[in-house]
Amino acid sequence: MSNPSNLKYTASHEWVKTEADGTITVGITQHAQELLGDMVFVEAPATGRKLKAKEECAVVESVKAAADVYAPVSGTVTAANGALDSAPEAINSDPYGAWIFKMKPDNAADVAALLDATAYQAVVDSEAH
Amino acid sequence: MTTLKQTPLNASHRAMGAKMVDFGGWDMPVNYGSQIDEHHQVRNDCGMFDVSHMRVVDMKGAGVRKFLRYLLANNVDKLTMPGKALYSAMLRPDGHVIDDLIVYFMTEEWFRIVVNAGTADKDIAWMKAQAAAHAPALDIADHPELAMIAVQGPNARAKVWEALPGSRELSEGLVPFSAVEMGAMFIARTGYTGEDGFEIMLPAKAATFFWNTLAEKGVKPIGLGARDTLRLEAGMNLYGQDMDETVGPLESGLGWTVDLKSERDFIGKAALLANPPSKKLVGLVLLDRGVLRGHQHVKTAHGDGEITSGSFSPTLEKSIALARVPNGVQIGDTVHVEIRDKLLNAKVVKYPFARNGKGLI
Repeated sequence: MSNPSNLKYTASHEWVKTEADGTITVGITQHAQELLGDMVFVEAPATGRKLKAKEECAVVESVKAAADVYAPVSGTVTAANGALDSAPEAINSDPYGAWIFKMKPDNAADVAALLDATAYQAVVDSEAH
Repeated sequence: MTTLKQTPLNASHRAMGAKMVDFGGWDMPVNYGSQIDEHHQVRNDCGMFDVSHMRVVDMKGAGVRKFLRYLLANNVDKLTMPGKALYSAMLRPDGHVIDDLIVYFMTEEWFRIVVNAGTADKDIAWMKAQAAAHAPALDIADHPELAMIAVQGPNARAKVWEALPGSRELSEGLVPFSAVEMGAMFIARTGYTGEDGFEIMLPAKAATFFWNTLAEKGVKPIGLGARDTLRLEAGMNLYGQDMDETVGPLESGLGWTVDLKSERDFIGKAALLANPPSKKLVGLVLLDRGVLRGHQHVKTAHGDGEITSGSFSPTLEKSIALARVPNGVQIGDTVHVEIRDKLLNAKVVKYPFARNGKGLI
């Protein structure tokens, strides 16, 4: 699976989708879910929580390990994906559909400055060596 | 740069799509796709594990039994039938655990021991040093040229019999925890998953052929990831997590393997008698949402403890753990586990958590 070109990415393996209303939707990438393996627990940030860019704000746990999810930009959490409480494995089967949280960025320019699909792929490739 | 050690099945794992990881210096398969699917595969049908990184050590010569009576915390005098196996800890003089192992009684002049991969060199050096002082005529030889394949699950024995002509006649009568030789192969009805099955030692050059034959009979390869969740559900201790050289066997859930009743002296016995344990190993089931992991802090009404092994249990679909807690903690108590600055509720339970395909909690 290639990384969708309509998304933005972080070097810490989050994907970011900009919605029509200016909010962003955040999940973890195909590469990240593959590294972690079978997902068994997701803890999303509370709605209303203010986040700073690169702040640890969610946890995804696979059978094997726990991993932190970082805020891609500064802003305020507007929603958490409750469906992952009972079906965390959706992150494995559909990483770009199974979003973890949504947030309203403080500054839209921060989102534009994130990695594009090609730049993110370069990060993934460099980690493989 | 260190080079990872490889078992004879390394190429087979890659050909079967394994995700390989550095496992204590060995290049081993962690899974072949989904760890959870592999876990259920073993509980419901059967699967095969490459455990060739574990080491076989043969002790031969007159007086082996006498030496093992002194070397091991469990009593090899329980082994009276040829082929019978015993699980034991090997202790330091201070009563702490050097390793846990399985010892097979073959003849009065031959006992076979299987030790953990990561501790093998240390174990053998210790055995040889003790033998030099107490049984210098003994021959102690390890066999890195032997591969080891475990086939585990309710259908494991039937599948091995299909894959290995002639094996049924020899091994059908084996009671659990015993072994028989079949030419250059050694078939043991032992395992680490809480399921029935065999662990088969065989020459490395025959390992790939046997592995592929099992695969042709429908036996799925299982990675070390599922091996760990299976063993945790089965309540099997893991060296390096649930015990090591900093703790004794009585604090590590191994009291049942330590023979303190007989007159027999063994290395570590005096220390165990002089230092009664203040902690014990119990099972935990997480009541809140989250996943228990090794080294998480456990708070109880009787003092603090620590998780030694924790994971998500695919059979129970809950998070479970083994934890070392103060003696006062009782089955049924609720304790608190510190996970990322939060205190989550966990119930103290008697382990194993699952055996023979079924959850027990």
